[in-house]
Amino acid sequence: MPQNYVPIFLFVAVVGILIPLTLLLARIIRTQSPNRVKLMPYECGIDPYDNARGRYTVRFYIIAILFVIFDVETVFLFPWAVKFKALGVFGLIEMLVFLGILIVGYVWVWKKGALEWV
Amino acid sequence: MPNFIMSYLGSTVTPGEAGNQFWALIYVLIIFAAVSLAVVAMNWFERKALAHFQIRLGPMRVGPHGLLQPIADALKLALKEDIIPAEADQFVFWIAPVIGLLAAFTVYTVIPFGPSQAVSDMNIGVLFMLGVSSLGVLGIVVAGWASNSHYPLIGALRSSAQMVSYEVAMGLAVVSAVLMTSMKTGTGTLSMIGIVESQQQQGIWFIFKFFPLGLIAFVNFVIAMIAETNRAPFDMAEAESELTAGYHTEYSGLRWSLFMLAEYAAMIAVSSIAVTLWLGGWLRPFPNLLNAPAWDFIFSLFPGLTFGALAAVAVIGVMRMPVHPYFRVQRIGLAVFAALLGFIALFLLVIALAGRSSDATVAARFRDGIDYVYWFVLKVALFMYLFIWCRATWPRYRFDQLMRVGWKVLLPITLVVLILTAIVGVIVS
Repeated sequence: MPQNYVPIFLFVAVVGILIPLTLLLARIIRTQSPNRVKLMPYECGIDPYDNARGRYTVRFYIIAILFVIFDVETVFLFPWAVKFKALGVFGLIEMLVFLGILIVGYVWVWKKGALEWV
Repeated sequence: MPNFIMSYLGSTVTPGEAGNQFWALIYVLIIFAAVSLAVVAMNWFERKALAHFQIRLGPMRVGPHGLLQPIADALKLALKEDIIPAEADQFVFWIAPVIGLLAAFTVYTVIPFGPSQAVSDMNIGVLFMLGVSSLGVLGIVVAGWASNSHYPLIGALRSSAQMVSYEVAMGLAVVSAVLMTSMKTGTGTLSMIGIVESQQQQGIWFIFKFFPLGLIAFVNFVIAMIAETNRAPFDMAEAESELTAGYHTEYSGLRWSLFMLAEYAAMIAVSSIAVTLWLGGWLRPFPNLLNAPAWDFIFSLFPGLTFGALAAVAVIGVMRMPVHPYFRVQRIGLAVFAALLGFIALFLLVIALAGRSSDATVAARFRDGIDYVYWFVLKVALFMYLFIWCRATWPRYRFDQLMRVGWKVLLPITLVVLILTAIVGVIVS
């Protein structure tokens, strides 16, 4: 089985070599005449007034945490889905309990307003 | 022909399974070239199709019916000045498009174009596909952060939030497809080739399985995949009326075109996954019902006939072009294009006939291989059209609506579908 995983590295190597090579080759043919105004961050023609890496809304953070919870849940479902027939009714009930706990959390998150984007 | 090429053509396993890395490298290069070419063709087709949706003509000047427009664009982009903002993080700015492309292309390792026409058949194919395709968000976030500018940063944040939100629904929809693979044989599989083979064994595409459960899961997956690739109507990350160009505002020239390449490659990749999981992958329509050798022969004529039809369209285009000295070059160009398509059609028809007349395994297997790839590509092409159709039809979502659809509509529906599929599966057995 391990020989099945080697082509991944082939793919990574091909893309990882060809693309930077294209960028380097393009450097030979393209024009290059930078000046101060060209190198400023784009902000619809006005001078940028502060550093862009400032504060932003905490909503993105909440979404990231929710994503981790639900995606890990999905990963737990995969083994059960593969062995679904072998586990039968027992596996189904076990999984329903597992999903039930998560659904309670989901409903709580919904009621709490974490899914609202105001 | 050298012996090793014949042995590759007649093989029944993937190069990854055979452990032949040279052969795998050939497949990788073919896929890389083919996907890049498909992106170029898609670029032309999207502009043409969008134009006709809006009752315009689209590109008409560069080449007959604008066929050379993508090549002209690529040349223009290669010649353009490449600006890296003074305050940007140089190295991260440089590496961001490469990360995006790596994520978009590495997914193709597991995509099965046929029972042996894949680079590799991993036993965790579906997990690999989900994991690698979600790395695409990394390239976008890194690009937005490295630019050190307001629009790219907001675009990257929006895009990452959107992609992770829809990935949850996507993953749950995939689980319900994996669940269906275990219905007949008892053990399910995560291998992409195994999923198509189990659809063949069960004699049904998973989109029709437990109607309408399979269909709902499929529709959810399609919505999630449009959002996942940042396409309209979910293209919040590059909403030009709000964020100029989103995360790639500061990118220009060839570097910008790499982002486009990554986006289109990812579109083709997720469509291939949808085709594999729900639409029977490489299987032709009714493989179990119409399985007589005569039907095999009729269906094997389809690739040649398709190219023949395209050639006929091109010939009609040649005849409809105005007879005027100004159009001479374009007429000749389109005629050459028609001849090229005709030759491909002829070649494919000859292979179909040769594969029938001889029992030689190599010729027959080569014909089968072309059939598999043809049906797979045809289904993926329909998805590509769907992407364009959606873009032409629907206005862009607002960001709060987008989040609401992802978390409050898609997620509960996919969960319910998953549970119902499991319950029905237990009852049926």
